[in-house]
Amino acid sequence: MNRSNLRQMIFSRRAVLLGGLQAAVGGLVVGRMAWIALAEGDRLRDAAEDNRVALRLIPPRRGILADATGLPLALNRPAYGVELTPSLAGDMGEVLERIGRIIPLAADQKEEILKEAQALRGSATLMVADDIGWEAYAALNVELADVPGVLPVKTYVRSYPGGEGFAHALGYVGRPTREQYLESRNPLYMFPGFRLGKDGVERALDDRLQGQPGARRVEVNARGRILRDLETRPDVAGESIQLTLDYGLQDFMARRIGGDSASVVVIDCTTGHVKCLLSMPAFDPNIFSNRIPSDLWKALQADDRKPLIAKATQGLYVPGSTFKMVTAMAALAEGVATPGDRVTCGGRYTVGGNTWHCHSRRGHGTLALQRAIAASCNVYFYTMGRRAGPEAVARMARHLGVGEKFDLPIPSLKAGIVPDPAWKEKRFGQEWQVGDTLNTAIGQGYLFVSPIQLAVMTARIASGRIVQPSLLVKGEAPAFPPLGIAEDVLDVVRAGMSDVVNGPGGTARRASLSIPGVRMAGKTGTAQVRRITAAERRRGVRRNESLPWRLRDHALFVGFAPADAPRYAVAVVVEHGASGSRAAAPLAKAAMTYIYDRPQAEEALRKEEAARERRRLAAEAAARRAAEAAALAAAAPATADAGAAPGAAGAP
Amino acid sequence: MIGLLNARWPQRLLDQNWPIVALVVGIGLFGSLTLYSAAGGSLSPWALNHALRLGVFTCLMLLLSQVSPQAWLAWAFPIYGLILVALVAVELVGGLGGGSQRWLELGVIRLQPSELMKLALVLVLGRVYHYLPLSHVNRSSGLWLPGLLILLPVGLVLLQPDLGTSLTLVGGGAALVFLAGTSIWYFIIPAGLLVASLPILYNMLHAYQQRRVEIFLNPELDPLGAGYHITQSKIAIGSGGLTGRGFLEGSQSHLLYLPEPHTDFVFATMAEEWGLVGGILLILAYGLLLAWGWRVALRAGDLFQRLVAGGLTMTIFFYVAINLMMVMGLAPVVGLPLPLMSYGGSAMLTVMLAVGILLSIDRVNRAAPHRGVGTLGLG
Repeated sequence: MNRSNLRQMIFSRRAVLLGGLQAAVGGLVVGRMAWIALAEGDRLRDAAEDNRVALRLIPPRRGILADATGLPLALNRPAYGVELTPSLAGDMGEVLERIGRIIPLAADQKEEILKEAQALRGSATLMVADDIGWEAYAALNVELADVPGVLPVKTYVRSYPGGEGFAHALGYVGRPTREQYLESRNPLYMFPGFRLGKDGVERALDDRLQGQPGARRVEVNARGRILRDLETRPDVAGESIQLTLDYGLQDFMARRIGGDSASVVVIDCTTGHVKCLLSMPAFDPNIFSNRIPSDLWKALQADDRKPLIAKATQGLYVPGSTFKMVTAMAALAEGVATPGDRVTCGGRYTVGGNTWHCHSRRGHGTLALQRAIAASCNVYFYTMGRRAGPEAVARMARHLGVGEKFDLPIPSLKAGIVPDPAWKEKRFGQEWQVGDTLNTAIGQGYLFVSPIQLAVMTARIASGRIVQPSLLVKGEAPAFPPLGIAEDVLDVVRAGMSDVVNGPGGTARRASLSIPGVRMAGKTGTAQVRRITAAERRRGVRRNESLPWRLRDHALFVGFAPADAPRYAVAVVVEHGASGSRAAAPLAKAAMTYIYDRPQAEEALRKEEAARERRRLAAEAAARRAAEAAALAAAAPATADAGAAPGAAGAP
Repeated sequence: MIGLLNARWPQRLLDQNWPIVALVVGIGLFGSLTLYSAAGGSLSPWALNHALRLGVFTCLMLLLSQVSPQAWLAWAFPIYGLILVALVAVELVGGLGGGSQRWLELGVIRLQPSELMKLALVLVLGRVYHYLPLSHVNRSSGLWLPGLLILLPVGLVLLQPDLGTSLTLVGGGAALVFLAGTSIWYFIIPAGLLVASLPILYNMLHAYQQRRVEIFLNPELDPLGAGYHITQSKIAIGSGGLTGRGFLEGSQSHLLYLPEPHTDFVFATMAEEWGLVGGILLILAYGLLLAWGWRVALRAGDLFQRLVAGGLTMTIFFYVAINLMMVMGLAPVVGLPLPLMSYGGSAMLTVMLAVGILLSIDRVNRAAPHRGVGTLGLG
């Protein structure tokens, strides 16, 4: 029993020790819990709240762009998308795989998304797909409800009803670049559906179009799923802006241009409103506003018709004969000539042993200003250019808007070049030569102008006022100050331009309108894109049509209508169109016809499109025949030779 | 069995230690309530099942309380052997299945032998020391058998592999060896060696294991990764404050921020809604159960009962303490449930079986305090 008691004592002692240890652990646990709950309670309650409540931005709806008549040019189409938060998603490859079972994702798209996910900061979110349709949205909601980080959302997609024809004027929208985010530090830039204006009006007026983001305080669970809204501050939509463009006209002209590389600018001379600012070919801004497919991008970059360049505002061309009015008006304004002064053209113009040619080899005979414009006589304008001097010509050019960057909501407007002796000295360190004066007088040489400048120039000549182009509809039409050139001088210039289209021997008679009571005045121009050597000139200048497309001259036309009471000015440049009268003037005619007699214009376009289709089919058929013939010839060359011989022998 | 036939039934029912039964059932029902909230205010999938299991296991517990301690003494080795065989069977089935499996599928229930081994080990060690004279306790002859009995199941459980359970087996066994009177140096010296070799062991760990230790020491190192569990658990407990956010108001568990809100981290789920007050009351309830366990041990009539009661109390303690320390960031996340509260049958079964055995020891000694029941082996 003694032993037993000893053992019981040992047990009791040790049991008390272990019990005490347990009590100590209990105390520790209680103390720890009290510390967490009381001392750290506030901080941890905040952390719980941070978990539970997420602040989500509501990206502002972008302002709508409308045309002069109120038709939408750019609007927001409600759409469904799917967002993904990589930090919640876990295995990105598997998540994309599961999304890909509902909405098709190409391999390169997945790759791009993975790349984007790696660049994301913290718990940021990205847009996997932007415009997936309601059915996919519903399917995602049902089938991926258990996948953390995947969030089907309702969004807006920028939509351009006019498509390609408005791509350059309006630009497009796109996701902000990393650099833009770093510069602005705007959290909105990280929002997956958010878009910035990337070009054109969208970029220039981005601040006004963006609007103010709203915010939602939402309860989210650990998988990033929104359970309910706690509080919402709505967004303030961006400003809706009315542009001066005419949707119908620009859309019509885009179709009329077809496959050519051309730009058309139409300006209302009385208000300065730009009715048409078109550069073709272009791209579909609807596609550009989402992810741009890389093969499309490469194709656009490689296209020699330069669809990525806004030619109407960025394209610079030698104006050619469309510049000749400037030379004449410079001489007249300087007082060194009058409209009645006559010049005799013998087909050539000689200064100090060098000879400059007129395009008429036989010469135009004796002519004054009006007929000189109508016939586009080089010798007359050489003479006037020399009388006025290069500074006066440059001054008049600038006065008429050439070389000017207008105040338009278009990024990267080009000034071009208006050469004068000071410019040449500065640019090349060379002295101005007589030849430079002569070249400039007929719109060649160093001159570089953009189509919008040509249109403004024409509008100023047509109206006699310093017309300022505008793309935004403002309250009342501004009263433009007069040019300061005598009205009778301008009348003669306009009459000459009217003769170009309507007079006997005019260079653009084919562009005369068939609308009763409305006549168009204008001037053609041709700009060489290659140098004609003396040898070539002796052999006779090659016809443009026989040259490869890239080497053909640019075709230009400027004009206004109605000729007797100018309202609209137009400038057309067809790259490598070869002939101003053949390629460019018909486009101006089409524009004016559309403005004054829309059914006639539509009818003409229908015929034109039918003719194009016939030509295309004929070309295809010819190609097919040629291919078949080649195959045939390769198959049986011997029989063809054998059959030809006896016939020749048997002749009487 | 023998004890069942000894007295009349009404007397037996009245003799039952009802306050302790009520305490155990009360904790279980509180668990059901917490699970109801964790499911977002729904009886399914957890709360109802939990309550049903509680009912079944309560019956089982009451049944065990009627078994006489002598029967446990007699059957200790066969029970231990049977469960050891089950452990081997699990090993074989798991090996055939090609993965780590810890349970045997027995038609209606999933039997996790390693859980039952915690009880069987206590019983068998109790029996060994019951018959082992004190003079032999610290001799090699008195050391190798208990050592073997502990290491066999520990080895098998380690093979599963289940580090957490094998550590609790070692802990439970060691506690019993300690209570049996083995020299304290057998515990102090290995513990000292272990502490001294910690830096060396740490360096022997793989980089990812070292990282896990670092994250345990400072969970904010990796709040979204390995530290996520403990961070979110602390947030849940802390945001409950003194009185909690109110029943069904816990955002951490309802919004899925808290991982395993119904099993390992059920305490955090509870604490978020019931606050420090609820937490302390629950800890006190467990404390009461443990205190009663020691009381039963100290009042028990013979060595076997004393050792078994103490060992079972330690086993229950290990469960509760490790889980609570884990959810509060005092121990690494090892994946042990909180018995009676956590959803899942094994831990609840183990603890309620343990309480059942304690009740039976209690019953015998309350009827005849300090009178030995086992008359054998006091040589």
